[in-house]
Amino acid sequence: MRLLPPIPDRLKPAPKRPGTAAPQKPLELVQEAGISAVDWIDERTSLSGGLRWLLFRKVPKGTNWFYTLGSATLFAFLSQAVTGVFLAMYYRPDVAGGAYESVRYITNYAFLGEFVRGMHKWGSSVMVILVFLHMARTFFFGAYKYPRELNWVIGVTLLILTMVMSFTGYLLPFDQRAYWATIVGVNINGTGPLIGPYLSDFLRAGPEFGATTLSRFYAIHMLLVPGLIAALVGAHLYLVAKLGTTAPPWLKAEHKEPELEAKAKA
Amino acid sequence: MPDERKPKKSPYTADRNMPGAFEGETVTRRRFMTATVHGAGAVAASAFALPALAFALGPVFTRQKFDWQLVGNVTDFPTDTYIPRVVAIVAGIGEAGKSTVYMRRRNPAFDKDKPDQYNRIIAISTRCMHLGCPVRYVEAAERFICPCHGGVYDFTGQRTGGPPVRPLDRFYTEIRNGNEVWVGPRYSVNSELHRFSPRDPGEDTDGIGQYLYPARFSTPKK
Repeated sequence: MRLLPPIPDRLKPAPKRPGTAAPQKPLELVQEAGISAVDWIDERTSLSGGLRWLLFRKVPKGTNWFYTLGSATLFAFLSQAVTGVFLAMYYRPDVAGGAYESVRYITNYAFLGEFVRGMHKWGSSVMVILVFLHMARTFFFGAYKYPRELNWVIGVTLLILTMVMSFTGYLLPFDQRAYWATIVGVNINGTGPLIGPYLSDFLRAGPEFGATTLSRFYAIHMLLVPGLIAALVGAHLYLVAKLGTTAPPWLKAEHKEPELEAKAKA
Repeated sequence: MPDERKPKKSPYTADRNMPGAFEGETVTRRRFMTATVHGAGAVAASAFALPALAFALGPVFTRQKFDWQLVGNVTDFPTDTYIPRVVAIVAGIGEAGKSTVYMRRRNPAFDKDKPDQYNRIIAISTRCMHLGCPVRYVEAAERFICPCHGGVYDFTGQRTGGPPVRPLDRFYTEIRNGNEVWVGPRYSVNSELHRFSPRDPGEDTDGIGQYLYPARFSTPKK
């Protein structure tokens, strides 16, 4: 526990002053109940140590708003995940016209459907933009350097997975634009030499855009890739907490640390 | 020459003073258990992972069928221009499975490819050979023109401009019962109109391209 960051003073448990009576007011009782419930969980899971490790890290001087781009991307992903789950309650991946009709129903008839679909549709662009801004921040601040190279690699994988989400999600409304954009996209994949033609067949589930192409894209879009993204975001965050964040590159070391120097001499 | 300072270890665990070793045993029970557990885990994981993977990859290796379709009588089709016909490329999925085919009767004035039973009626696919957008036959220009990126093809489907990499695909056609025109599966051609099994758009059929983009296992045969 020595390695854990310290708890902020206002969260430290203070012993009761001698002579203080047991809590009487309702508010105090509620507070007591809350504390004992949290204690009950913590005694059995030791989660508080992990939370301290994650939340009360020291951050370098000069940390600024650019450092929130990663959290913003995560928020965009969570927004996509939640709106996506609820869109799936109405969506039908039926290639013979049902898909378009179900999207039409969501947009025109379902209560707040237009809003939830709009969140998902525009949120996807927001997420892609935020991913690139976050990547640019990491690049220009030199935050990809040792020991954070692996986190850069995970981040690039997440960028590719975000692109896969954009590609597979584009087909789902199943209007003319969705259909032809997917035809073009799959054919771009097909121009890869030697394996390209087979990659196209894999994406389309056959030599032509067929009966199961849409459901294949839907399964990749809502099951396969979100699971991978969630897992990799977990790894990404673990490494951020483990390695800490970098100071901005314009910040020079202002003073040496006397304690460390004394230790080095001894 | 073996190093004599390192005496060779006995294969028997008993000789190596392993605690609890059995006579004649060469693998410790701990290692045996580890290997067994890992092996069992690998078998259990493959039991769902391999079939699922094969399930997803199956369509790549499944040869599709194509039903020949009756599209009209021989006299419906002119020799000097095209008329459109709609063919179901994939049956049973409505509009998404249909495609327009431009058709005319063979005309020796334009058609220099070797005549046989499959090209007495010329059927040009509307799939652009750049990235697959639908081309349109423009009567006044006698050209096929793609709306997406400006691909242009001449009257016989040969590329004359824009990004496409090969002439427009064609369909096998047959005249059956003397008068009926039937359309079969699609095939690709190179610039000399030699036939290839159907390639996707963007895949060259001339020069090195014909080797870089091999035939697929899934395309329907005539």
